[in-house]
Amino acid sequence: MGVRQRPAKKLNKKTTKKVAKKATKKIAKKAAKKTTKKTDKNKALKKAIKKTAKKVVALPGLGHEVHLFNSIVELIRITSAEIPNDIQKVILEALAAEEKNTTAEYAMNIIKANIELAKKKSQPICQDTGTVLFYISHPANFDQIKFTKIVHKAILASTKKGYLRQNSVDSLTGENPGTNLGPGHPDLHFHQHTKNTVEIKLMLKGGGCENVGAQYSLPNNELGAGRDLDGVRKVILDAVQKAQGKGCGPGVLGITIGGDRGAGYVYSKEQLLRKLDDKNSNKVLADLEKDIVETSNKLGIGPMGFGGKTTLLGCKIGALNRLPASFFVSISYMCWAYRRQGIQLKADNSIQKWLY
Amino acid sequence: MKRLNYPFSKEQIRELRVGDMVLISGKLFTGRDAVHKRLHDGTKPPVELKNQIIYHCGPVVLQDKKTKKYEVKAAGPTTSIREEPYQWEVMRDYGIVGVIGKGGMGPKTLEGCKQYGCVYFHAIGGAAQVLAEKIKSVDSVHWLDLGSPEAIWELSVEEFPVVVTMDAHGGSLHSKVDADSKAALKNFL
Ligand code: SF4
Repeated sequence: MGVRQRPAKKLNKKTTKKVAKKATKKIAKKAAKKTTKKTDKNKALKKAIKKTAKKVVALPGLGHEVHLFNSIVELIRITSAEIPNDIQKVILEALAAEEKNTTAEYAMNIIKANIELAKKKSQPICQDTGTVLFYISHPANFDQIKFTKIVHKAILASTKKGYLRQNSVDSLTGENPGTNLGPGHPDLHFHQHTKNTVEIKLMLKGGGCENVGAQYSLPNNELGAGRDLDGVRKVILDAVQKAQGKGCGPGVLGITIGGDRGAGYVYSKEQLLRKLDDKNSNKVLADLEKDIVETSNKLGIGPMGFGGKTTLLGCKIGALNRLPASFFVSISYMCWAYRRQGIQLKADNSIQKWLY
Repeated sequence: MKRLNYPFSKEQIRELRVGDMVLISGKLFTGRDAVHKRLHDGTKPPVELKNQIIYHCGPVVLQDKKTKKYEVKAAGPTTSIREEPYQWEVMRDYGIVGVIGKGGMGPKTLEGCKQYGCVYFHAIGGAAQVLAEKIKSVDSVHWLDLGSPEAIWELSVEEFPVVVTMDAHGGSLHSKVDADSKAALKNFL
């Protein structure tokens, strides 16, 4: 996506200041203790602060803490308010493909207008700002614990600013602390790579579409789906038919063939990090992806389930090994409000470039 | 494109058919899970619901600190099927003429629509910004004790875009699309 010029809204000046202040205070105090021997205490303290101020933010493997905080808040703002280009392109194609003066075209036109308006106002595209999923690729010696703490701070700040709705509820008490933080929230996935850079991808996945996800265990007698690619195809199409428009279609499927139940769902969401216009390097899967989209779009479910030509905007499939005894197909559905973005960080943790 | 203007009436509603694209201008009352549950448990509504429309929506509403005026920041529909056990009762007991939501509703609601003269309007799921722009003012709020998203917000809307997916004559676009797509799928397996 290259470099974007964005109107950097007043980026959490308060919070960043606080973070910085706290950090400097701590180290300054330490430094002050050491220097008490000197006669001119004030002078020494000032010196110490100056000296340590630089060190304060330089965390091993993390670089500048405040920059990182700012970068993540900006990543959240953009992800919540702007649909990536690869997805917007397919949405516009879907709009063009619908017949004029139909409910399907009507729905797609409103979706298009909503995408434009959200971007213009820098407001959430959909009010359900979803589960906050981070995927972090980092070099060796990266401090995941510190990183996680900064992510939490960034989420708090983004919630206060309205980039994220208060969207995280205690499953036992039903209480909503309004912070978007708690067990499982946010959901962070760390991954070490051989590159020297840090890449952060973010996906906001709404509840309506998550609810129509499905996991099948093959064979499935009811659907006549065996333990082969044809069986896989059958259960995927069944999931599309069952979802109807309930996941705010037209949507995109992320699918895992194989794995255990847990890995299957996790990996199916990772498929949604792929660009819509990429091509699966596995020919069999590439063909299946194409087939699923084409066949689904012949079912006539259409945008919002109103009937129409576009039921799916895309389908991305990955395969994991399985045990001889199990054969799972795990399907995650992503609504049209497909919010994912990514950034690559500079050495000082400011944003080097946008990934989508 | 059809228009539905306030005050709404049963006669206007009975003219609407599945598949109609409608722009609603006038008054809407938000009401979702907690409101329906409370009505079901026997509490009388704090507003006269006769010939009114209920919107399944938990809006994001901000209040201006100085003027105390409310402003709706986001107002997309929420999934309607959760109100399936209660919706028909609200039609019967309080005489509403319309429900707006997303995802459609089931047979109980469809029967209620037919019997009491009501329609289900499908708004565009996820279109929080476009729909918020159609809300011209917030006129009152009731049952705020349920929390802001669950309260009853009285909203004035202009050209609020919806599609009739369940009408007062037993028609349901949802069951039709479901049945047709099921039949179509058989040909591709
Ligand atoms: S499914 Fe997606 S578009 Fe629909 S309400 Fe949920 S987050 Fe919004």
